[in-house]
Amino acid sequence: MGNVVVNTATKLDAHALRADFPIFEQEFHGKPLAFLDSAASSQKPRQMLEAMNRFYETSYANVHRGVYELAERATEGLEHARERTRAFINAPSTREVIFLRNATEALNLVAYSWGLNNLGPGDAVVVTELEHHSNFVPWQYIAKRQGADFLMLSIDESGDPDLSQLEEIARDHTVKVVATNLVSNSLGTIHDLVPLVEWAHEQNAIFVCDAAQAAPHMKLDVQALDCDFLAISGHKMCGPSGIGALWGRAELLQSMEPFLLGGHMISSVRADKTMWGELPHKFEAGTAPMAEAVGLGAAIDYLEAIGLDKIEAHEHELAAYALGRLGEVPGITLYGPSAERRAGVVSFNLEGIHPHDVAQILDLQGVAIRAGHHCCQPLMHKLGVAATNRASFYLYTIPEEIDQLVEGLYAVRKVFA
Amino acid sequence: MSGAFDQMYREVILDHYKNPRGHGTIEDPDAEADGQNPLCGDEVSIYVAFADDGETIAEVKFSGRGCAISQAATSMLMEMSVGRTATEVATMEKEELLEEIAIPLTPVRLKCAMLGLTTLKVALHKAKGTPLPEGLAGFDELELT
Repeated sequence: MGNVVVNTATKLDAHALRADFPIFEQEFHGKPLAFLDSAASSQKPRQMLEAMNRFYETSYANVHRGVYELAERATEGLEHARERTRAFINAPSTREVIFLRNATEALNLVAYSWGLNNLGPGDAVVVTELEHHSNFVPWQYIAKRQGADFLMLSIDESGDPDLSQLEEIARDHTVKVVATNLVSNSLGTIHDLVPLVEWAHEQNAIFVCDAAQAAPHMKLDVQALDCDFLAISGHKMCGPSGIGALWGRAELLQSMEPFLLGGHMISSVRADKTMWGELPHKFEAGTAPMAEAVGLGAAIDYLEAIGLDKIEAHEHELAAYALGRLGEVPGITLYGPSAERRAGVVSFNLEGIHPHDVAQILDLQGVAIRAGHHCCQPLMHKLGVAATNRASFYLYTIPEEIDQLVEGLYAVRKVFA
Repeated sequence: MSGAFDQMYREVILDHYKNPRGHGTIEDPDAEADGQNPLCGDEVSIYVAFADDGETIAEVKFSGRGCAISQAATSMLMEMSVGRTATEVATMEKEELLEEIAIPLTPVRLKCAMLGLTTLKVALHKAKGTPLPEGLAGFDELELT
């Protein structure tokens, strides 16, 4: 499996792992880069980049078409990546693993292909206040279009949805879809989805899990989770941009209409009738993002060689350290749950200083954080702010970067003093 | 490094940010519009009252929230607009405001700086019934009410 060194220590060594990431070899504004925006997109290890390059240099041709050996090799590359992705989420079958551009496209696929044929007046789609727009806007749009209700569970300060609302919702609506994230990209909350999944299935609703922020950080198991659909994005988990995956139960995927139409997704085309292809091809119109899929497979290899459990533990440790250090900064408000309940994401505000200004001044000190609504405007509304600052961590994040952030925040305060 | 801070957050910017000119609302305005920066969720509302000639901007106010750059730029814009005609301001080149701001702006921060001007232009065009110039039109939205 390439040149990944299997780490047998109990903890991962982030300082050592950084050497796998070429991006850290440069400076910004004369400072080493403190990259604290991994929740937006992760950096890329050499092993993944080399796997993609190797594929282009030795195995590239269009897949599933040519009879020549090179085309077969390309197909093998793509299908091997599908198998790696299946195993990564513990899906029963590769037929249920659909390669798409990202989690957003995956969630749109479900909203359109399932929603347009299954939602109508009197039905309801239930999401939470803590959704990324990718698991919010498609449902809002399709529900509206179908005359169905779109309901939002409010959340508490830790980001947990208020489940006391469920009884009333079930009384007044036919719930058809429950769609939530497993890990919040803005508060970092790791959700216990069991009660919501059980409730959804009691309502005969489908449960759609946005795992884009969970996949980089924890072991996923669609069977243990008992969800019906699950979406991930490669770029957040050391893979390339432009590749993500949707997992869905085969019987649901089979009952659905395709999302995109065209080449590859058919079994036969006549002037009067077109038959859809088999799973997963029915949902993969056009030439696949093959090299990107190979990159995703290599990213999974990379993460698994380190160990998802170690990555998760590392992030909890960083979250605890960051919450402690940031808590010392005067005028700071920290959002979200305690460290053990969050992935490596810390959102905060400095009193009287807009996040854009915070992020700008931090940038001049080589610290990259996110300032904005993080595609979570309903949450910002809840918090009563237009935006927050967000520092997010990954397997290559070291405590020194958090120190650099804290130091930077004191400089921000000085400018606005 | 502190030089870089000083360049961007120069005294006049911080002064406008901390003491914004024309901050507030106008009841029964002759022109008004709300603007949002979708990148960061910042919001600004602008209210205009015309003089008796129905053309000269007698009073202009803004409310909303935003970063130092967007608030300071909008504050400066308020001072620059009073006494000028609606047509003049509706066709103001962005460079005129940028000269006033006079700090180096990255593309993202340029959007912050332009939020107020864009919103004011939309307000004036709406009030005068003139078509929105390219780039200001096309704010289609999902109506959910």
